[in-house]
Amino acid sequence: MSDKSFSIIGTYKTKNTVERTAEIIFIACAMFAVIAVFSITIYMIISGTPAIFQVGLKDILFGTVWKPTAENPSYGILYVILTSIVGTILSILIGVPIGLMTAVFLAETAPKRLAGIVKPAVELLAGIPSVVYGLLGILLLSPVIYKLELFVFKGSSTHQYTGGSNLISAVLVLSIMILPTVINISETALKAVPVQYKHASLALGATHIQTIFKVIIPAAKSGIVTAIVLGVGRAIGEAMAITLVAGNGANIPLPFNSVRFLTTAVVSEMSYAEGTHKNVLFTIGLVLFAFIMLINIVLNKVMKGGKKDADS
Amino acid sequence: MKSIKRIAVFMTMLFMLTSVFTACSKSNNDTQSSDNTTAGTTDNTTTDSTTTDSTTTDSTTTDTTATDGTTTDTSADLSGTVTMAGSTSMEKIANAAAEAFMGKYPNVTVTAEFTGSGAGIESVTNGTVNIGNSSRNLTDAEKAGGLVENIIAIDGIAIVVDTKNTVANLTKDQLAQIYKGEVTNWKDLGGSDQPIVVIGRESGSGTRDAFEELVGVKDACKYSNEINSTGGVMAKVASTPGSIGYVSLDVVDDTVNEVSVDSIQPTEENIISRTYLLSRPFVMATKGEISAQSETVQAFFAYLQSTEGKDLIKSVGLFLPN
Repeated sequence: MSDKSFSIIGTYKTKNTVERTAEIIFIACAMFAVIAVFSITIYMIISGTPAIFQVGLKDILFGTVWKPTAENPSYGILYVILTSIVGTILSILIGVPIGLMTAVFLAETAPKRLAGIVKPAVELLAGIPSVVYGLLGILLLSPVIYKLELFVFKGSSTHQYTGGSNLISAVLVLSIMILPTVINISETALKAVPVQYKHASLALGATHIQTIFKVIIPAAKSGIVTAIVLGVGRAIGEAMAITLVAGNGANIPLPFNSVRFLTTAVVSEMSYAEGTHKNVLFTIGLVLFAFIMLINIVLNKVMKGGKKDADS
Repeated sequence: MKSIKRIAVFMTMLFMLTSVFTACSKSNNDTQSSDNTTAGTTDNTTTDSTTTDSTTTDSTTTDTTATDGTTTDTSADLSGTVTMAGSTSMEKIANAAAEAFMGKYPNVTVTAEFTGSGAGIESVTNGTVNIGNSSRNLTDAEKAGGLVENIIAIDGIAIVVDTKNTVANLTKDQLAQIYKGEVTNWKDLGGSDQPIVVIGRESGSGTRDAFEELVGVKDACKYSNEINSTGGVMAKVASTPGSIGYVSLDVVDDTVNEVSVDSIQPTEENIISRTYLLSRPFVMATKGEISAQSETVQAFFAYLQSTEGKDLIKSVGLFLPN
């Protein structure tokens, strides 16, 4: 029985030392995360602000002409910001209903065998790298969208044809990409609704569908909103997949226009940008960062609100 | 006990903060060169060019930099690295030259990245690579930054359309009208009733710069798609009916149709004599004269100018400058 060993069979002194050391190690690890977020925020602010003074905040945020390498460069990213917003909203409008209904199917109404096929398919979808979505978009989606474009604008003399690389293609690729996120989290939220709610509703005579739409989904509201916000985060931050299908022209975000997102603007020009151009790209990164922070703040508010509802 | 814990936490935080900020300030002090390994590199051999310094040969074996001008480069002795970055149009010649050179000198490593002419010039000015590949002439500003323009070949820019298109010739004015968006349907040019999809390269591309300058549409082009590489333009034109694009002559294959410009075909004599409108030089820019570079880089240029090198250049479909 040695009394100087570091084991759970020890004296009070050794046990205390082990406890204290472990606490310190945990705190140090946690500090990594805090420092990472802190330094990213500071670095983004430091690199994003020079361009604001060089070019002027109004010119950057509200200018409409993006010609950084011309004789008289102009750095207006208004259309780029609008494209990111419009593209994200459209992909949410398409992707969230489909995702939510699939989650309801998986959680509530699926026969066991069908669920056994659909669930692994959704999990596989979650694991596919985003570049593959872009490649499939080019191969399969672009020709179809081009045919649609030719049909819709038949005889038009003012439309600039994009050959299938436009806002619609990007939005469709994005909606498919956010499906796995939305489905998985919504399904977890739906399954976490206490089963007494469902039993009470059915006992009062409601049908299964009425129960789902009037009792279970409202009860799982905060989880579903979490899923939506995470989907928004993924859609607004996606770069590689939509670089291949969005067309890369800085135009107003109409469905059949070749458009540029905040993310694709940075990706396509960072490698050769210099001087003011490079600083403006960092400012674009800062704008993107601000969007994500905003979305996270909204998420936190909604989560707190949801907790209050659930507890009341 | 509690105070010891507090001190330990404080020291850990201080240590991490200082390491983060020294790392930040170090990367700010370096010239902004760490961004050229992002988008645009194909999966050819990429070098960690963010850390190699161009003027010292950090060879992995022996250091053979003879600074007194003696060129003792027997094949077994020469070692070191040559790093290139830049034009995607020059991919074929860069890879061919790298392979041939490494075959001749087994201890030398030659690597190339394909990030676009603008990015390549930026990298060589910053000193992160030895050679910057550019598919256009250097501007006065770039030469004032210390770069020397070494033209190794002349290349033609081919105008390509998809295989179903019947138009076989375009005049310079028609090209300008197409790219400025004034003509929007192939039937106005003698083809079928098909809208024109105008495809071009991103703004840092040497091919785009050369094309726009030669046709006279600089800063006036209306592209519907701005694609980041030569291969990308080929793929898009091949798969989109009614599209038109410009690529380097040596990558044209039978997935697309070539269009003659002003009824002149892009043959060797027409390109070297500059009768074919769209010919441009392939430049391997170095910071300072070739004689001021490392021994390995000098040997690389010597190879390109030897008969072997000239045959290699011709074999990939390029033409030798006069």
